[in-house]
Amino acid sequence: MPGSIPEFDITSTLIPARVERGSGRRIGSPRILRTDAGRIGVVLTFVLFATALLAGWIAPAHPFASVAPPLRPPTLGHPMGTDDLGRDVFSGVVYGARTSLFLALIVCLLSGSIGVAVGSIAAWQGRGTDDALMRITEFVQVVPRFFLAVVVVALFGPGLDRVILLLGLTSWPWIARVVRAEVLSLKQREFIEAARSLGAGPVRVLLREVLPNALPPALVVLSLSAASVILIEAGLSFLGLGDPDVVSLGYLANNAQRFLRVAWWMAAFPGAAIALTVLGLNLLGDGLNDALNPRGGR
Amino acid sequence: MPPRYLLRRLAQVLPTVAGLLVLNFCIIHLAPGDPVIALGGEHGDAAYYAFLRTRFGLDRPLPEQLLTYAANVLRGDLGTSFVHGRSVAHVIAERIPATLLLVFSALALSSAIGVGLGVLAARHRRRPTDTAVNVAALLAYATPPFWLGQIALLVLTVGTGLFPVQGMTDAREQRAGLVHLLDVLHHLALPAFVLAVSELALTTRLVRTGLLEAFDSDYVRAARAKGLPETSVVRHALRNVMLPVITVIGSRAGMFLSGAVLVEVVFAWPGLGRLLLSSLLSRDYPVLLGMFLGISLAVVLANLITDLVYARLDPRIRYH
Repeated sequence: MPGSIPEFDITSTLIPARVERGSGRRIGSPRILRTDAGRIGVVLTFVLFATALLAGWIAPAHPFASVAPPLRPPTLGHPMGTDDLGRDVFSGVVYGARTSLFLALIVCLLSGSIGVAVGSIAAWQGRGTDDALMRITEFVQVVPRFFLAVVVVALFGPGLDRVILLLGLTSWPWIARVVRAEVLSLKQREFIEAARSLGAGPVRVLLREVLPNALPPALVVLSLSAASVILIEAGLSFLGLGDPDVVSLGYLANNAQRFLRVAWWMAAFPGAAIALTVLGLNLLGDGLNDALNPRGGR
Repeated sequence: MPPRYLLRRLAQVLPTVAGLLVLNFCIIHLAPGDPVIALGGEHGDAAYYAFLRTRFGLDRPLPEQLLTYAANVLRGDLGTSFVHGRSVAHVIAERIPATLLLVFSALALSSAIGVGLGVLAARHRRRPTDTAVNVAALLAYATPPFWLGQIALLVLTVGTGLFPVQGMTDAREQRAGLVHLLDVLHHLALPAFVLAVSELALTTRLVRTGLLEAFDSDYVRAARAKGLPETSVVRHALRNVMLPVITVIGSRAGMFLSGAVLVEVVFAWPGLGRLLLSSLLSRDYPVLLGMFLGISLAVVLANLITDLVYARLDPRIRYH
């Protein structure tokens, strides 16, 4: 919203960074693994990536193939039961996780690039450019992403591509604000002055000196943003607006709604998978935050 | 609050609203097919389409169309729902009370429980209670609201029968007065709680972090040194801690409304969420576009109110 409220860093309030305790001084272990949050986050995110990459090997069946009698509770052969068409829910969850991760990655790539570009240009140029870019940022931040996606999918027809494009084009303001704040403070630092006095041009200073230092906080925001993007897509698919050709976790949850009384497993497992995915990404952001600024917060 | 600030803040809203109108206009025109389909649905006849074309000036150049569209919208004319056969504004307006009831109950619940848990965690810093609250908050934050709703339905309604399954009132008998109110509250409890849970997490963590910071500050040390009881100290610190909480709650109005819509679908709550779902199924585009515009404006309004409340509460802020 047109910024009258003093800016505050949402990640540091959202995430209670924990001061490392004595055991944190193990030599050789990456910093992110020194907190419980970081460790769990890394493990969950790793499992998610592995599941997505190896979906073809892990899933016993194609997610759209009818392989068993319909509406069977979990058994050894079908650990998450089967749905109304006799499809294996476990396979659906595995492929659904792949869809969620793919979506989150591309959206983050897109929104990350826009956010970093807008934030650093605004801070670097200052004055009019800064004002104009920040007004745009505030506007995009006000637009309710979820409902915009609902309207666009309803009018333009379902498809993973347009959901990705839409979320990518609307999820960058948060990143832009963090990068802008970071670049603004870096601009004043001595090493930037030093680079300038050595004769480096503004583009070179921005790309080689400022941005590498401004990116770590953006990474924290990006992992949190990935989590929220996954939740939004799940909500869209839950309303029946998902891509009908791609299995997603929200699609499974949407299908489960009609069979809630007879097949709890159809609702329980896909939802739990969404929650674990989002939890993993949030904890990863948590751990990154601790690792990148160990003395911030408490 | 200085009136100048109020005026300036209101002036800042205008470009945002104009931007939202342009965005809606672009969606209508970029949608595949004739924009008249987006305004009148797929099932209208030629005469109706011709009528829409003249009313929205679709045969005029684009800038003129934009002005006509904006003028129509600002007069409250969002088109006609072809499913309900009435003006979109009316169809949406009659669903708003149910959604507001749900949203504000959830907001009250999440604020009360969230602040309580945050204080609890901060006072037991790094002890098991603190860890338990943190873990619970993280889990709540990660859980999709519709799934929590499904699980709550499964366990508490289908399982124990403690709560009514769906809807806002018991359809089997007509009730009035106090009994009716209790009936609505009984139906409201579960959806409101489910919606509150995901927001509760953020409030809890903000309050906890804020209080821990405050506990290290000089004014709290002074309060403790002069022997104030711990409850007064917390209350004292809480006043400062609540400022960012208010900002964050206000800035999440859009997320909160999308959560409300999903929870409504799960519990068949007769508000905007049900309307959204039925309009999606019947491809009632005018209603969908009207809802998007209405919800965007609601988010702008929520942000405005948040800013004004903030300026009122924090005497340090004068905004000149």
